[in-house]
Amino acid sequence: MKLNELKVGTSGVVRKIGGEGALRRRLLDMGITPNTKIMIRKVAPMGDPIELHLRSYELTIRLDDAKKIEVEELSS
Amino acid sequence: MNNSTALKIALIGNPNCGKTTLFNQLTGSNQHVGNFPGVTVEKKEGSIRKHKGVTVIDLPGIYSLSPYTAEEVVTRDYLLQEKPDCIINIIDATSIERNLYLTLQLMELDLPMVLALNMMDEVRASGASIDIAKLQEELGIPVVPISASKNEGTEELTLRTIKIAEQQQRPKKLDFCKGYVHTAIHSIAHLIVDEAKQAGLPLRFAATKIVEGDEPVMTALKLMEPEIDIIGHIVEDMESHLKTDREAAMADMRYAYIEKVCAATVVKAGETKEHLRSVKIDNILTHKYFAIPIFLGIMLLVFWLTFGLFGAALSNLLAMGIDEFTALTSQAMQSAGVSPALHSLVIDGVFVGVGSVLSFLPTIVILFCFLSILEDSGYMARVAFVMDKLLRKIGLSGRSFVPMLIGFGCSVPAIMATRTLPSERDRKMTILLTPFMSCSAKLPIYATFTAAFFSEYEALVMFSLYVMGILVGILYGLLLQKTIYKGKPVPFVMELPSYRFPAPKTVLLHMWEKAKDFLIKAFTIIFIATIIIWVLQSFDFGFNMVTDSQNSMLASLGKLLAPIFKPLGFADWRAATALITGLTAKEAVISTFAVLMNASDTSAVISMLSEVFTPLQAFSFLTFCLLYMPCVAAMAAVKREMGGYRIALAAMTFQTIIAWISAFVVYQIGLFIF
Repeated sequence: MKLNELKVGTSGVVRKIGGEGALRRRLLDMGITPNTKIMIRKVAPMGDPIELHLRSYELTIRLDDAKKIEVEELSS
Repeated sequence: MNNSTALKIALIGNPNCGKTTLFNQLTGSNQHVGNFPGVTVEKKEGSIRKHKGVTVIDLPGIYSLSPYTAEEVVTRDYLLQEKPDCIINIIDATSIERNLYLTLQLMELDLPMVLALNMMDEVRASGASIDIAKLQEELGIPVVPISASKNEGTEELTLRTIKIAEQQQRPKKLDFCKGYVHTAIHSIAHLIVDEAKQAGLPLRFAATKIVEGDEPVMTALKLMEPEIDIIGHIVEDMESHLKTDREAAMADMRYAYIEKVCAATVVKAGETKEHLRSVKIDNILTHKYFAIPIFLGIMLLVFWLTFGLFGAALSNLLAMGIDEFTALTSQAMQSAGVSPALHSLVIDGVFVGVGSVLSFLPTIVILFCFLSILEDSGYMARVAFVMDKLLRKIGLSGRSFVPMLIGFGCSVPAIMATRTLPSERDRKMTILLTPFMSCSAKLPIYATFTAAFFSEYEALVMFSLYVMGILVGILYGLLLQKTIYKGKPVPFVMELPSYRFPAPKTVLLHMWEKAKDFLIKAFTIIFIATIIIWVLQSFDFGFNMVTDSQNSMLASLGKLLAPIFKPLGFADWRAATALITGLTAKEAVISTFAVLMNASDTSAVISMLSEVFTPLQAFSFLTFCLLYMPCVAAMAAVKREMGGYRIALAAMTFQTIIAWISAFVVYQIGLFIF
């Protein structure tokens, strides 16, 4: 499933990072690499972007970009 | 005094890791702020206290040495070309994994380097611990635990850094990888030894950048066709074995190593107290329903405190002081028998002109006090998070929201506030759009005109002007995005740092820096501009002092320019003249009308205006006032932040053209309807 499909409060493990160029590099640089555990912390009041928790810090990305990240949901 | 030789130290780290706090602790107020050549990326330098010969350069906060943003490129170029004597890499120990990612890339540069492990106090308080000796051994560079905000460990950091720099002690270790990435890096390194030397690039850095597919490094190495082929094969081989691409492979390799290091050195007792507190605060401040009302409430409070409570009082106080001083100087000059022309130059030109601009100073200082608090506490990142969706359509991110909002108060601090935007492109676009947000200095113009022409619809006319400014801004944003700033914006992948109490020292230094910036402007650009306007206003072309303002050069200029405004409906020379004086400060538009129409007070202006304009012409004039080029203080700010006169002038000209077209459309449609 895609990262944007995870529900708030649930976590997933990154399988694949799509996208290209500056965006993809930025996602990788910020620590979204294969096998990273990501938790969906919340959704912004207007429905986009979303807040993630990974590698013990908080990161925000847009839904469009989250769609490019393939994750496997972790059962809590 | 220390007798150490001249040393150049580069301070580098992620944004929000306490880099500015450390820089301020190290240097105190011995700072010099400028730009890197050619870009509007801030460059701060200062000498370390008690070590005069040691200069610290505060490089932009970045997460990686990728070649994509102006900040990253500037940092790379600086480190590669200037080769500082030592790097202090400051990292946030509370999110050590992500912070070490930059560290690994910096180590490849083969420069002497010290790791400053910041926020160790928070880590310890949470019951966690980091094995410093082990971390040093794993990374092969010295590690100094510090707490920049409490000024703990900074003394040791300075001494260690100076020692490392003097001994030119480079990282002991470069290999973090095993397997296919390792093989690829080493094969490529062997291949490019000579090219790297020729290009002056550290070999290891060049090799890993080639594996990553980094264009600027590839170009700099001037590789030959056969080498490029071999490299292609090496990379393909690595990719097919790892079943991933080159960029992901490198990032994965680095993070895998970091995870290993952390597993061996970091004992986690759970999340830090500060982080848990931060999550709780965030639940309220970015709440689904409360986030936007809270944000508007905070901004309203800031505006009220700045432009209302403190700002107005302080501005009045300052204005009173200036008036007193003006009166005293005037008396002194008169009793000394100075010629009337010189007297008028000093009093009516310099004192009145610079004085009126100086009265902005308290507003700017107070506003930046609040902005600095909002930024340093971590709230500004949340505003970007909450507001991002609104600004995305014009190709900006939520980060631009606050500077634009401040634009409704005053364009000068708004433009100065774009400094905190994380990308150069966003910064420039925001600077260009901000003047369309109607500033508070234009209010007296609107108030006088609506009182004269639209007394029944005052609120509606005012509101329509503000909305028109925003609409034109949006259209301009779309246009910019399709023309000069086309291409992909910097991706909105942003850290939301933990909420922290802002360091008072950082806030104070920030205020001081902005105040200094503004004072320099006030006494250079603005000083000259006011003298020019005074000369134009006080003399005729024969350089005789005029008694009737109708005969001044300024009035003649107004008469000359008036026909340009004919298609907009207001070919009156007094209107054109008022628009020119409006460039010193927008409030001057109304006072010029008063002078030129020999009106004794505002109500006289109001009644006389209705004889000069029809309501439609008046509205067209207001449209032009709303949109045309900003006052000299704002122009000076644009010049400084855009990095040059030429681009600032182009921006001003274009803005005035937009104003002309908009007023033309308003007037012609008005003629058609009424």
